[in-house]
Order: sequence, then structure tokens, then C-alpha cells
Amino acid sequence: MVIQICIGSACHLRGSYDVIEKMKALIAADNLEDKITLKASFCLGRCGEYVTVKADNEFIDGVNAATIEKIYNEILKPKALKG
Amino acid sequence: MDRVFDTKVQVLKYQVLKSVIRRAYEGERQLDLAPYEIPKEVVPGPKTDMRCCIYKARAVVEERVRMAMGGDKDNPNIIECLPVACDECPIETYYVSPACRGCINHKCADVCPAGAITIKGQAKIDPEKCLDCGKCAKACPYKAIIELSRPCVTSCKIGAIKIDDDKKAQIDNDKCVMCGACVYSCPFGAITDKSYVLDCVKILKDAEKNGTKVYALIAPAIVSQFKYAKIEQIVEGIKMLGFHNVIETAMGADITLHKELSELKDVDKLTTSCCPSFVMYIEKHFPKLKQYISHSPSPMVEAAQLIKRTNPDSKVVFIGPCTSKKYEYKLEKTGGAVDCVISFEELQAFLDARDIDVSSLPESPLNNASFYGRIFAKSGGIAQGVKELKEKYGITKEICPIALNGLEEIRLALLKMNVNKLPENFIEGMACVGGCLNGALCLHHEEKNVRDVDKYGQQAKEKDISNSVALYNMTLDK
Repeated sequence: MVIQICIGSACHLRGSYDVIEKMKALIAADNLEDKITLKASFCLGRCGEYVTVKADNEFIDGVNAATIEKIYNEILKPKALKG
Repeated sequence: MDRVFDTKVQVLKYQVLKSVIRRAYEGERQLDLAPYEIPKEVVPGPKTDMRCCIYKARAVVEERVRMAMGGDKDNPNIIECLPVACDECPIETYYVSPACRGCINHKCADVCPAGAITIKGQAKIDPEKCLDCGKCAKACPYKAIIELSRPCVTSCKIGAIKIDDDKKAQIDNDKCVMCGACVYSCPFGAITDKSYVLDCVKILKDAEKNGTKVYALIAPAIVSQFKYAKIEQIVEGIKMLGFHNVIETAMGADITLHKELSELKDVDKLTTSCCPSFVMYIEKHFPKLKQYISHSPSPMVEAAQLIKRTNPDSKVVFIGPCTSKKYEYKLEKTGGAVDCVISFEELQAFLDARDIDVSSLPESPLNNASFYGRIFAKSGGIAQGVKELKEKYGITKEICPIALNGLEEIRLALLKMNVNKLPENFIEGMACVGGCLNGALCLHHEEKNVRDVDKYGQQAKEKDISNSVALYNMTLDK
């Protein structure tokens, strides 16, 4: 699974880098580097209240540094394991 | 538009560019007619205050249209002199003005080592004998003898402008480093830069058809430029032109700084690679020093490569204050990372050609780069970054940075460096005095522009370059 994290200005201000760092750590802790590829993208065209994240072709809502761990465990990890 | 530009020559250039861009959107026929119709648009007549008559004024505008449409493709220089526009300013260096009283002492003639001055009512200088030493001008108690010089020649600190047999200015491409000082200084606008706005229009039009994402990479100097609108509104305006997003070149500067710091660990001396005119100056005039030029790509190229790694199908247009960036982006070493370069002047023309009034637009955020990347726009910015971050990079040897502000300072320092007499070992060079914020293609050149750049630096969310570097490394991972 490819996870794209928006690093455009709007998302950067909402904490893209923190999300990237936390996600990297979570993926490493689960040894899922083979299953999940993290990619940066300059604007995914969905500037809003949260950091825009896209898992394969699906937008994941409500991501920021505070929510990423929960979203990773509940949505992203199961999605990646399902393949 | 006087609220925007420094000089009337810039306004003239702007009018031509705006019309060319507008026509490019209206269709091929309108563009074909540009060289015939724009001169009449800009000089409607029956009178003109620009030249001796409307026909000459129109002939000059026609040449400007040619430059706005890309200029002479066979001339690799970005800067061209338009012979028809060159006013053949006088080249006799010293001139006796009517203030000469024809006094009894005539110190001017006494001090002249060449015996070139005779007194007949007034002093008269024989140009055949005159050595251009200037002693007469200094000696005259009335200051009646004045030094005449061509603004282009005076502005060119490396002696790349010569006067040809027809008294027209001529640029020596072997010497010229394309800093653009002559472009800004010629009061007739006879020396000007080629424009690639039509390439930019094509990129945007193609993108509209096939869905390619086009990124605008803006130079940090932009914050001091559009005084009538907020930078966030300019960003929104650029997006309205058809750009997918606007990215700060300063983010590339973060990475350039990271790489230069890494290079510094292993070398004795390093000269910066950000300013293409500085690099070109070393290459053309001090080839012995080429070995010290940093191998780090410039911030423009670094940022463009970053964008292309995240989205290989995208296009990148750099928008800046610089004439030599228009040359740099075509160099082989950039690997085609940048697809087009336009200037701030051209951006203003572009926005107006598309009837976008930025001052009425909502704000779109701009925040990718760090404090250090943003202050690259001013002279001394890179040197400051190196000084403050060297410990983080485990550089234990003494780093002694120097910021060379403008080609004159650069010349003096390189002369010393060439004979191993320059004590500093990190040499930042910026061809324009003050740095990019005073670039030749800035809309205006004010001393206080540096405050805007400092403020913009302070507003960066990232206080140092580590996150930009982490992102850079992440995009390298496959």
C-alpha cells in the first residue's frame, strides 16, 4: 500500500512533518516497511482542517499529529495487512 | 501601474509582455500579429515622449516584442542589446560644461599631463590627446568639467560592455555573467532580457488539456515585491493562472545549505553555487578557482528535483528576480528539473493579462521552507546559515565565512583568492548588491526590502533545516 502525505503549505502548517515522523515510527515498530510505502506529495488538492492523507486511492480523513496513531491502528494498518 | 514598478522602462517592458501574453491566449493569429500591432498599441501617437518620433518609438517596441517572444535563439546570452534602442550615449569621458568661466588660473590645463586642454574663452579638451585621467575635473574650482559615462558600462562591474563602431553598446558574451545590472540601469531600456513567457503559457495550456500538474517555484525575494497585496494573495493569484500549487524555492535552499555543510567537512574552501552569475564569473574569469565551486545544486534546481521526485509527470516553472536563472535552468547539469523561468516583472504582466487582481483575492498559505532557506534571498543569508548550523553537522574545524555583496566585492575577493591571499574559507557570492532581493528583474529595488525578507524568515514554521532534510531523504528512498 502506498500512503501519500500532503506536504503543501496548508498541510505543512497543520503538521505534515509530525505525521510523517510518527507514521514512520509506527510502521517501523510493526515491521511493515514491506507493506507500506510512505510518499510525500506537494498538495493533494484537498486543503482543509487536517493533513491530507491518501492510502492508495482513498482519502483518509481527520489526520493530524494527535490522531495519526489511532487512525494508523484502526484504518491504515488493517488496510495494509489485508493487501 | 506606477504603484508597482521603479522605472518607466519597466512599465514599457510590462506593457509589451502583457499584450504578448494576452495574445497567446487569444490564439495563434493574434500572436503572429504581435510585432505589427503592439508597437501601435504602446505608441498610439500622434506624439511620443519616448523617442524623436513615433516611428522610432514603434521600431523600438517592435524589438521589445521580439524579446518578449524569446529573442534571438542563436544568441545564448539571456541579455541582448537592442541596437535600434541604444541611444548612442556620448563616450568622450570628460566634458567641459558651460559652467567653465575661462578663468586666468586655468588649473585644468596646468594639471593635464597630456597637454590636451587649451583655453579659448572656455577650456577645450582635445579627445585625441586626452588620457581620461580626470585630473582636470578634480582641479577645476567651478567643478565645470564633468565625467560622462554610459550607464550600462558603469553598471557592468566586469567590463563586458564595449562600444562598437556605430557607437552602440555591445555585450561580450565571453565575459558577461548575465547578472542583469545593465538591463536595470540603461535609462533607455536598450539592454533587455529575453522572456520565456510564451513557453510558460504553453506549459499551462497543455496542462489544462492533459491534466499535468504545473508547480510554481517562487524565489524568497518575492515577499518584498508585491507591496499592494499580501504574499498569500499572490500565491492565490498564481494558482488562478493555472498552477497546481506554489512551492517555496527556499525549501530547496534548506537542502542546498545541508549539502554545502556536508561538503565543508571534506574540503578546505568552498564557494557557493546558488547565484548562477557568481558561478559563471568564477568559470569565465577565474578558471583556476573552479575546483572550489560547491557541487550542491542551486536552491531552484534542488527544489525542482524534489517536486519531480514526488511527482515525476509534473512541470516546474521558477518565478524569480533573476536574469541568470533564465540561463541556469537550461544547463545540462540541472537535468531538466526546471521547465521554464519567468521573472517577477513577467509575473505581474501575466496576472494582469489574465485580469487577475491579486489585491482582491482570498489568501492561500505559503509555508514550506525554514528560516534559513528564506533568508537566502539576502546577501549574507547563506553565510549566516553555515555559521549557525556548522556544529550540528559536526564540523570542528574553523569555518570563516565571508558574504560577497555584488560583483565588485566578488572581483576583489577572487583576485585575492586566486593568489591564495583570501583568509576566509566559506565564500558566499551574490552578483546583485544586497542579494536576490535586489535582483535585476525585481519590480522595485528599495533598501528596506531586506526587512520584508527578514520578517518572512521569522514567520517560517520551521526554525531550522532538519525537517526539509528529512523530507529530502524520504523522497530519495525508493
